[in-house]
Amino acid sequence: MTESVRLEGVSKVFGDVHAVRDMDLSVSDGEFFSLLGPSGCGKTTTLRMIAGFEFPTQGALRIHGVEMGLQPPNKRPVNTVFQSYALFPHMTVEENVAFGLRMKKVGATEVGDRVKKALDMVQLAHRAGASSTQLSGGQQQRVALARALVNEPEVLLLDEPLGALDLKLRQAMEVELKDLQARVGITFIYVTHDQEEALTMSDRIGVMNEGRLLQVGTPQEIYEHPTSRFVADFIGEINLLAATVVDHRSVRLLGGTPVAASTGAAPGHDVTVAVRPERLELYGLDEPVPSGLNTLRGKVVRRVYFGDVFYYDVDTPAGVIEVKEENRPGVDLHEIGQVTVVAWDPAATTVVES
Amino acid sequence: MTIDTVEAARPELEEAARRADSRRGFFIALPAWVYLTVFFTIPLFIVLVYSFATRSSTGRTRLADWSLDSYRRLWDPLVAQIAVRSFMLALATTLICLLVAYPFAYYMATRRPALRNVLLVLVMIPFWSNFLVRTYAWKVLLGSDGPLSQLSQAMGGEPIRLLFTNTAVLIGLVYGFLPFMVLPLYAALERMDWSLVEAARDLYADGWTAFRRVTWPLSRPGVFAGSILVFVPTLGAYVTPAILGGAKTTLLGDYIVSQFLAARNQPFGSALSVGMMTVMLVFTVAYFRSGARNL
Repeated sequence: MTESVRLEGVSKVFGDVHAVRDMDLSVSDGEFFSLLGPSGCGKTTTLRMIAGFEFPTQGALRIHGVEMGLQPPNKRPVNTVFQSYALFPHMTVEENVAFGLRMKKVGATEVGDRVKKALDMVQLAHRAGASSTQLSGGQQQRVALARALVNEPEVLLLDEPLGALDLKLRQAMEVELKDLQARVGITFIYVTHDQEEALTMSDRIGVMNEGRLLQVGTPQEIYEHPTSRFVADFIGEINLLAATVVDHRSVRLLGGTPVAASTGAAPGHDVTVAVRPERLELYGLDEPVPSGLNTLRGKVVRRVYFGDVFYYDVDTPAGVIEVKEENRPGVDLHEIGQVTVVAWDPAATTVVES
Repeated sequence: MTIDTVEAARPELEEAARRADSRRGFFIALPAWVYLTVFFTIPLFIVLVYSFATRSSTGRTRLADWSLDSYRRLWDPLVAQIAVRSFMLALATTLICLLVAYPFAYYMATRRPALRNVLLVLVMIPFWSNFLVRTYAWKVLLGSDGPLSQLSQAMGGEPIRLLFTNTAVLIGLVYGFLPFMVLPLYAALERMDWSLVEAARDLYADGWTAFRRVTWPLSRPGVFAGSILVFVPTLGAYVTPAILGGAKTTLLGDYIVSQFLAARNQPFGSALSVGMMTVMLVFTVAYFRSGARNL
């Protein structure tokens, strides 16, 4: 696949704040790439550097092989969907969408055709003459999308575009955005702090924290095989247990229980074992536990009913562990105070640096 | 102990509560009502009545023989000349204020908040001393032995003769009314959503086009408000032209004053005042009409 956007050793410093540190990134053509991280992690700054609103302090930034350097935003083949939509309040929907084409001096007939097509694409052709301030949040969002996509940019940059929408609308828009991206085939770089958005829509995710790009991978890789404690903790729910490395196939948890887990760390090294609650199973003391599983004995101290699932807090020598069990026939219910065995597949055990 | 009996809601009780609320509102506004009535409405009404009265041969105003004679005199070529001169001066003052104030307001609005407040205070500092005193200071500055003139002479030039010219009045008016232009422009630009400018840049507009297509139209309410605040008072300005302007450059303000004090023709002075106020009212209403569309 052709490379669309490439960052090499890009840093951005504001005064004495390092917003982005030495970032390397390669995004392919037609890819839906998300930058995920908590607020202040540098994801928006990265996006703004690609858009041209900020210039890198250091490093190279190329789009389709062309160095963007200090090019202003109007000279870059990218368009942005802003967090606040940034629709021009003194223009109609149609004028908003036509703005970019008019700036590029596209002929009036072609502008009309393309604006109409773009508004059809987001199902807002009937609102073409409305003032952009009369639209609902969801409609403004679509106009912002149409206004950017009508220019057929090489890369579309989206800065938390769903943040201002309510839950139901956001979920509907997630599906719509992903469909749209597949249809138009344009590279999307999507900035969000919402892991669910990133997991459901992206081809690949880059997780950022404190200006650094910590891990890049498919949603599954990021979720199942986090390479750092931060990524493990930031995405989804996870149990983090202190442990010491025994050899490259096993570690010893706090309290002395040995568990199987593959690790590259040296024996004696302090590490953290990460296990997702839904990968854990609870067995009564009288139930047979299948062989080959890691086990840890503990007492149920809390049980929370969520309808489709039960959450258990199990007090073990390695610490309190959260277990998520589905509420369906065949899965036994466990009572508070009951001593149980927590069991999980060694393959679902990730070892990360402490 | 007695327990208050609370009545259930009924339409007439709701109506009574609404009336009590509006009565409270009236009492809160009462001091302003009284003040405005006594010092604005009644004098204005007197001026309006006088404008239809006649002047006796001794210069007394006779509240009899009601006529439109004073208004007919408004079409006198001399009056037209003074009105046009005042209008041009007010227009020039407004345009210069706009040209000077807009970049400064833009600069202010784009600084970090702490610096903005400092700049805002600096803009308002002139108000801390009296307008009359500051205008007399200009008289000294612009005089033929003032610092400007001395500097020109020290450099081998001619003495500068600015005082008692229209230019001196213009300088004084721009100086006096600049803050009234800066403040509404600043308020408009400070409210500006700068991501709109970024959006325009992102959509291939260069810096100047983004300003012309986004920043300027969105700051227009501030431009209108500032222009009205400068234009209306300069049209009737009296103090600045009286101190910095010469006898040759009569403006509407001095002309009206001279009708009341020197010519002792109160009906004509009143008619001039009413005429000028009508023109200003038309401008102001036009502003609010167009402003409502722009906001």
